[in-house]
Amino acid sequence: MVPLEWCLVLAFSLFAIGMAGVLVRRNIIMVLLSIELILNSANITFVAYSYYLQSVTGQVIVFFVSTMAAAEVSLGLALVIALYRIRSTLNVDQIDLMRW
Amino acid sequence: MLLLRKRNNPEDFQEKRDYPLVIQLAWLIPIFPVLGALINGVWGRTQIRNRAPVIAVAAVSASFLLSCLVFLGVAAGSPATTLTLYEWIASANFRVNIAFLIDPLTAIMLMVVTGVGLLVHIYSIGYMHEEKGSYRFFTYLNLFMFSMLILVLADNYLLMFVGWEGVGLCSYLLIGYWYQRPSATNAGNKAFIVNRIGDAGFLLGIFSLFVTFGSVRYADIFPHAKIMSEAAATAITLFLLVGAAGKSAQIPLYVWLPDAMEGPTPVSALIHAATMVTAGIYMIVRSNALFDLAPFSLEVVAVVGAVTAVFAASIGLVQNDIKRVLAYSTISQLGYMFLACGVGAYLSGVFHLFTHAFFKGLLFLGSGSVIHSLSGEQDMRKMGGLSNKIPLTYKTFLIGTVAIAGIPPLSGFWSKDEILSSAFSSGHYLLWGIGLVGAFMTSFYMFRLLFLTFHGPSRVDHDVEHHIHESPSTMTTPLIILAGFSLLIGLIVGFPPDSGWIHRFLSPILVSAGEHEAEGHALSLGLELGLMFLSTVVAAAGWALARHFYIKEPALPKILAQRAHGLYITLLNKYWVDELYRALIVQPILRLADFLWALDRWVLDGLVNGAGWVTLLESRISEILDIYVVDGAVNGVSATLDVGARGLRRLQTGAVQNYILAMAAGVAILAVVYMF
Repeated sequence: MVPLEWCLVLAFSLFAIGMAGVLVRRNIIMVLLSIELILNSANITFVAYSYYLQSVTGQVIVFFVSTMAAAEVSLGLALVIALYRIRSTLNVDQIDLMRW
Repeated sequence: MLLLRKRNNPEDFQEKRDYPLVIQLAWLIPIFPVLGALINGVWGRTQIRNRAPVIAVAAVSASFLLSCLVFLGVAAGSPATTLTLYEWIASANFRVNIAFLIDPLTAIMLMVVTGVGLLVHIYSIGYMHEEKGSYRFFTYLNLFMFSMLILVLADNYLLMFVGWEGVGLCSYLLIGYWYQRPSATNAGNKAFIVNRIGDAGFLLGIFSLFVTFGSVRYADIFPHAKIMSEAAATAITLFLLVGAAGKSAQIPLYVWLPDAMEGPTPVSALIHAATMVTAGIYMIVRSNALFDLAPFSLEVVAVVGAVTAVFAASIGLVQNDIKRVLAYSTISQLGYMFLACGVGAYLSGVFHLFTHAFFKGLLFLGSGSVIHSLSGEQDMRKMGGLSNKIPLTYKTFLIGTVAIAGIPPLSGFWSKDEILSSAFSSGHYLLWGIGLVGAFMTSFYMFRLLFLTFHGPSRVDHDVEHHIHESPSTMTTPLIILAGFSLLIGLIVGFPPDSGWIHRFLSPILVSAGEHEAEGHALSLGLELGLMFLSTVVAAAGWALARHFYIKEPALPKILAQRAHGLYITLLNKYWVDELYRALIVQPILRLADFLWALDRWVLDGLVNGAGWVTLLESRISEILDIYVVDGAVNGVSATLDVGARGLRRLQTGAVQNYILAMAAGVAILAVVYMF
């Protein structure tokens, strides 16, 4: 058996890397990618607990999360495309207008 | 309101039922002139203008007529009556009423004041005819009549003092009538101020009387005069004398009268010859009960009178202005009246006052006529040879001159001789001698005036000579009337001396009537006749010397002036009394005034300005406080907010990653807090 802690550590590491990416990355696409990573770390956590608590609930939640992730990414990419059409840049640091 | 007669006590009410009607109406006598003054004063400039003289004359005529009736009433035997008009002051033990006393002395004074007053008013119609502001003149003249009448009618010293001050005021107003002339306004000031000095003495006298007798009414004082100690009587009478000396121009308060000639001639005639200046004599005669108890004061009165008589006459000997000579003559004749009172011959003093009013009034009005016909010339060195050109003026003036010189049987002789013989018979031989010398000088300077003005070659300026004309009848008629009186009145009322009609008429006013009669008969008939003869000789000598100097040998006066140059200059400069007063009194007071002015300007105004400066300083401080403290606080609050906001605004970067970081930090903190 793999100890639970190892799965949690893995999930946490992925979460941390994803969070760092969200905060640090300049490219909007890379930020979205990092958000996926965070979602996936959450998924791993759920699955880990479903195995160790012998409950299928965790895996069902994963379905929901994944679906939501997919929908959210498509929406996000649509927004990025619209944004790119206006600003011609994917550099997050340059998209800081609060109103114009 | 003034017309309501308040009945103070039952006796007043009872007495009035016994008076003849005309005496009861005597209170109207001063009312007419004051109404005239009111009408002319208020409406004179606009509505009335040229008709103003008529109103004034009408008012005085009414007063004169009523005075005649009152006089006849008193002469017919009406007793001394008091008309109480109004309760003026009623405070604790000091009670004074506006009340009139109608007795023989008052009756005589009324006749003089209203009679000569009426003639002067009529004369003024002609004299002031071309003046633009003549309504003002008649207003003041009527006001003067009112004041003088109050003075003689009063039954108490305080009301008399009201009239006293009133005539002083009107004198000031009338002397300074031509107010655009600085010499006139200075003269008016001088008259009023010198009078005021006398008034201070008079007031002290009134105060002393009140303290001694508890009242200022004649009726309360004179019957009880004996309660005074001789010292008190002397003090009181000396105070009164100061007042009389101021008003009647005796040494040392005579200096205003010559300067008063700046006023129009009718003013000089009325106020400074016949009426106002006689107020002092009137007051002394009225107070004879008091003076009789103070022999020292009587001596002072007599000496002052005699010395003034001669002193003023000596100045009049050399003056060149016709009115100045008459002014000094007036001072001199007033001195004779004082002399009379001083030797106890009060009635002779009144008699001389009476005759003097007529002939001095005549002389002044005559001189006014001369000045008028010479288009304003007053210097006798530029006159001469006028007897043919203005005959009516000349003839009346001649009568006046003979009267004042004391040549019988004209009026001046009777009154003046009475005074001299009273002085002689009461043992004042030195004063009698001085009076005789004065009579000689009087005769001399008056004939000198006559000769220089009317006789001899004409020294008149060429352009003036063409316009010489006799004065209009409004001016000459009063002259004729006054000349008639000067001629006859002495004989009619004053003969025989000391026992004529006027003496019997006036004797009730004297407290010591019995003693006076005894004194009058102290001289034998021979001595009496001898003194009269001496007076006549002296007067004739004056005439003769004047004739010698100014008709026979006209060069003589100049030679004499050269020979006795020092004396001549002294007399011409009036013994430099005015200059002396100026140096001793006026200059120190002016310096004091300057000092006080400097004090006022630097110290007092400095204090006031300093207070203002402090206020200004305080306002500056307030301003600074306001700007830096108050506004600073307000601005500080906003600055703080500004800085705070600026700081907080930096949170909003617009960069989404910053917001996510903040959120993550917040979650982390909450997690840590939750765990512990």
